[in-house]
This record gives sequence, structure tokens and C-alpha cells, in this order.
Amino acid sequence: MEIIAKRPEALTKEPFHYCPGCMHGVAHRLIAEAIDENGLINQIAGVAPVGCAVFAYNYFNCDMAEAAHGRAPAVATGIKRARPDMHIFTYQGDGDLAAIGTAEIVHSANRGEKISVFFVNNAIYGMTGGQMAPTTLPNMKTTTSPYGRNVDDIGYPIRVCELLATLVAPYYIERVSLLSPADIIKAKKAVNKAIRYNKENRGFTFIEFISTCPTNWGYEPEQARQWAKENMLPFFKLGVYRDKGEGVE
Amino acid sequence: MSKILMKGNEAIAEAAIRSGCRLYFAYPITPQSELIEYMAKMMPKVKGTFIQAESEVAAINMVYGAAGSGKRVMTSSSSPGISLKMEGLSYIAGAELPCVVVNVQRGGPGLGDIQPAQGDYFQATKGGGHGDYRLIVLAPSSVQEFADMASEAFDLADKYRNPVMILADGMLGQMMEPVEFKPAKTDAELQELANQHLSWCICPNEDGAKKHHHEINSLELDPQVLEQHVLGLLKKYAEIQKNEIRYETYNISDENEVLCVAWGTASRVVKSAINEVQKQGKSVGLIRPIRVWPYPYEAIKQVIGKNVKKVYVFELNSGQMVEDVKIAVEGKVPVDFWGKVGGVVFTPAEIKEKLEECF
Amino acid sequence: MVYHRKEKNKKSEVFDMPRMTVDPNYCKGCGLCIIACPKKIIHLSENINAKGYNYAECIEQEKCTACKMCYITCPDVAITIEK
Repeated sequence: MEIIAKRPEALTKEPFHYCPGCMHGVAHRLIAEAIDENGLINQIAGVAPVGCAVFAYNYFNCDMAEAAHGRAPAVATGIKRARPDMHIFTYQGDGDLAAIGTAEIVHSANRGEKISVFFVNNAIYGMTGGQMAPTTLPNMKTTTSPYGRNVDDIGYPIRVCELLATLVAPYYIERVSLLSPADIIKAKKAVNKAIRYNKENRGFTFIEFISTCPTNWGYEPEQARQWAKENMLPFFKLGVYRDKGEGVE
Repeated sequence: MSKILMKGNEAIAEAAIRSGCRLYFAYPITPQSELIEYMAKMMPKVKGTFIQAESEVAAINMVYGAAGSGKRVMTSSSSPGISLKMEGLSYIAGAELPCVVVNVQRGGPGLGDIQPAQGDYFQATKGGGHGDYRLIVLAPSSVQEFADMASEAFDLADKYRNPVMILADGMLGQMMEPVEFKPAKTDAELQELANQHLSWCICPNEDGAKKHHHEINSLELDPQVLEQHVLGLLKKYAEIQKNEIRYETYNISDENEVLCVAWGTASRVVKSAINEVQKQGKSVGLIRPIRVWPYPYEAIKQVIGKNVKKVYVFELNSGQMVEDVKIAVEGKVPVDFWGKVGGVVFTPAEIKEKLEECF
Repeated sequence: MVYHRKEKNKKSEVFDMPRMTVDPNYCKGCGLCIIACPKKIIHLSENINAKGYNYAECIEQEKCTACKMCYITCPDVAITIEK
């Protein structure tokens, strides 16, 4: 008998503090598996966001930097330029990446920085208690859109993959889902590809995960997944938006 | 080494490269754009990294990343851009990272103008960013001093693992003076610099017992632990206050009836005025802080001679360093202030008039 | 949620049967593995872990095929699969 699935080496033994059913843990695991499978554990460092994953430095078993809110891509740029022999990833949520960090993600992507950005999109601000995010859906109720997101007043959700795909430099951009085991299997392939491209220093790689926030959406974990499938997937379409390695421009 | 005639903005860039800086991230802003342009040209020549970042915010965060990787890294800006860096500086100080930031001050507040000023003294020395931290602040008054401060700044940053600011102004940045550079770091010295921070910085790992998990972080939610961390910072700052005060005395003697305190460009104008009134037999001394944090409180107190009737502070702002002078003087002697705001620079004639009024 | 009656896990008689094990220290009882399991052999225990969660456990190991669906969906990396 052999163990065919267990906690990856690239994760520490620390239990995650995330809510029951939150898919951050799955995203962490996929990244850690990819690090292990690509043999990168001694050459990789990550940048943690401000958000639910602010303690990511406790969970990844490699050197980690904490960044100010939204600044992770700039911090990652500094690290990669200082230590080009290492491989760098950032891990960010929707407030971090698509609100305060919009300039930093667009420009690090535009410069084609050789880093991997992992973006967890759950259409809400989790850590601070359920406020509206740039990715909050039309009419969705949050603590700062208590009457529902009014698109006439404050516009529509931002589709980051599509936005970054207008830039020439990014090497690989894909939106995946963590909403079912079958989706997670596909997401794993995307994460592995991003890390492999990173290992080969091919260029800027970006994975957006469609994920849930059971606590702030007010749902049980499974109901949250159903809600996301019905409401998020039609707006945030899964798929490959750029893959220079496979000739998708 | 021979002297070259060079603009302050370029001299500091050249000196930084010679000091082993191989990473520079910044955004253009008048009056320091020559600095970033010089770096753009020269960094690739030494196989360094130059990035014109999308903003001063992005630049200081790139500095944070590179500093967290244990490398000598610099950024520069002018007043409005330095305001943008305040968040980043607080994080860098909290995470105890070494870096150098150059502020070529201009008139403010707000967008202000592009003329020289000294209005960022409070921001630099009393903390522009949040929380209990300090910047080591060097205040040059000549292009030579500006250039010399590059290696000083990097050495202080590395020694104390703290951000260091060189607080210059548009006059120093733009004017050309003869400058003699220190020799550039040798390859061996550069290698030594690269290895000095390996015990804590982000760097490649090894298997087994030698594996490390370094964290570059300023977050600590447990107040007891954060308290200890900040107390550690305060201990470091006390050490710096003990060892790193630097100042210059000019025309100090027992005959002084007035003692001036001035820094940076303002001090040069005051020196000229002092020379003029000295010809009239009026004895005025000057103490010039070379570093404004840590501040030479004791030195000012000591140098107030028995005939000094007044301490006069001249600055190109509304009266910022004068508050530190008042702390130093402890009410022993009246402290007066006169300054110019808005990017207007006073002349020796104006200072001379003010000094003459004292007699 | 379906709760398992207080009954000890039946140990596999044959040592090389595939098995899934949940580490109760990590499990938060979110129930996603229960939904994912095609054989429906995972249930929430009536016992609670140190954090107060009813953790998941497999009660019919002999039916486990090591398909890994539970491992794939577990957000806490609480599960180990052997085959």
C-alpha cells in the first residue's frame, strides 16, 4: 500500500484558519502540489496579500513576504529582479488585486514580469466582513451594497483575465473554477502549467480561481458552490485567455 | 580621483552605483528627473536593474521586495511622490529592511511648484508613515556632500536594517558643483555585500536540516508580540541616536551673540550672511545638522556660548526644524524663526538684514 | 447532514484495500467530501475535534476505490489516500 494523495511538502503542517468550505485551502493545495511536482521548493518564494490569505506565509513551506494591500505584484517584481535565480508567485484576492492593486497587476503583467499571480475571485471582501468587491455581481447584496450592487451608480464587475489579455506581454492567462472536484482537476492542470512556465522563466502567468465565500454570502459550503455556479460562471467565463506556449495569443 | 563638474541629481546616482546599488525603481518627477534618467542609462552598464515603475507607490513596493531579498536598492522622488511612499516606508521599517530613499524637495503642500523647499522636514523626521518607526535622515548641503551620503546611507541602512532618507532639495538636485567620487566597489566587495543578509532575507533554500523559512513581514496580530517587536525597534533607534549624530559648526566662538541653526541649502545662504556680518564685527555662529534624524539636540545646547542672546533658525519652510531647536535650547535663550515658503529661496542679503536686527 | 452512529470504524480485513483517512485536527466538517464521494461512504462523526467541529470519517473503507474525489475537494488538506 502506498500513499497516493497526502498533504504536499510545500505546505506547512499549520491548519488553515479559513472558514469551513472556503476554497482558499484548495487553491493553496494546488499551488503547493505544483511546486512539489516541479521540484521548486528550494527555489521559490511567495508574496502574501492583505485579505483572508494574509497569513499565507504560515501555510507555504518556502520563504514568504507579506505585502501591503494590492502591492504584491510590485513586491514580487522587486524580489524577482533582485534574485532572478528564484521563482516567485503572488496570491491575491479580489480587493487586493482588482481594487487597490489594479495599477500594480496591470503593470507587472504589462512588463511581462516572470512571476505567477494566483487570483482568488469570490466576488466579496471576506476578511473585513463581507463588503462589496470590484468583482461583486450586479444586484448582489453585501454590507456596503445593502440594497444590491446598483450598476447605474457604481458600474459592473471587473473581468481581470479579459483585461490582462489586452496586454501583449502576458504569457499565460486562464480562468478556472474550484466549484466541483471535476473543476478542481482542470484547475490543477492550469496551476501546474503556470508553475512550469514560471520554472522555465517564460513570462507572466496568471490564474484566476472562481471561488466561494460561504460565510459572507450567507450560505452553507455546498449551497455557496451552487450559487457561484449559477451566478458567477455566466459572467466570469472559464477558459484560456492567453497561452503563448500553445500558440493562443 | 579627479573632480568632475556634475549636477546633484546625477552625482547621487553615480555615487549610489559606486556604492554597490544594482537595483533602482522610481517614477519621474521634477526636480529629480535627471536622477532617474541617469540611472536608466547607467544601471544596464553595470548589469543592474532599472525599472521606471507605474507610480511612486509601485516603486517603493519594488524596493520592499528587493530589500527583502537582501540587496542594495534605491528609489528617489520629490515631495508629492514621497508622500505616496509613506505607506511603503512604514512597511519597510516595520519589516526591518535596508533601503535608501532620496527626496529632492519642492514647494508644497499639494502639487505645489517645482522650486526648492524644505517643507518635508516634519514628514521625514517625525514620520510621514503610520506607526512607531524612524527614518535615518541625512541632509546634504553641497553636491559633494550629497554624493558622499550615498555610501553613508547604504552602509547605515545595512548596519541597522532600516530605511535611510537623503533629504535634499531642488537646488541641490539641479545645481552643478565639482565632485570627487569614492572608488567603485570591487567585485569582491560586491560579493560580500550580496552575502551579508542571508540569515534573514529571501534567498534560495537547501534540503534537510539547513532549510530555512524566512518571512519578510510586519504583521503581528498578538499585541504582546507586536509590543516586543516595536520595543526592539526602539532599542535600535536608541542605538542610532547614540552613534549616528552628525553636525557641523561654523564660526562658533565665545564672541557669538547670535547662534543660527540651519540645514541643507538654507545653511549655505546663512553662511554667506554670517560672513558678511562678521565683517561688521558682529559675531554670529552656525550649527548645521548634517543628519536631521538623529538630531543633535545636545550639540546645540552645548554650543550656546555665554554671550548668545538669541538662537535664530532659518528654513525654506513655515518653521519645522525650529521645533527641534526649541527642544534643544530648553528655553535657555529665545529662539526666533524666519523662513520662506512656496519654493522661494531667501538671499544672503535677506538673512544679513535679519541678523543685523539682532544687534 | 447525515451523522454516523457512534460505532468504531471497521478495520479493513485485507491490508491492501484502498483507504481514505481524515485527520480530525484539520477537518472542519464542511461536508464537501461527503458530497464528492461517489460511494457515499463518508459521514460526519458524532464526535467533535478540539475546535468543536464534527469531523468527517469513512465508515465503509472496504468500498473505497481511492478515486481521490474527497481529497481533491477537501479545503483543509485533511485527507490522505492510500492504495
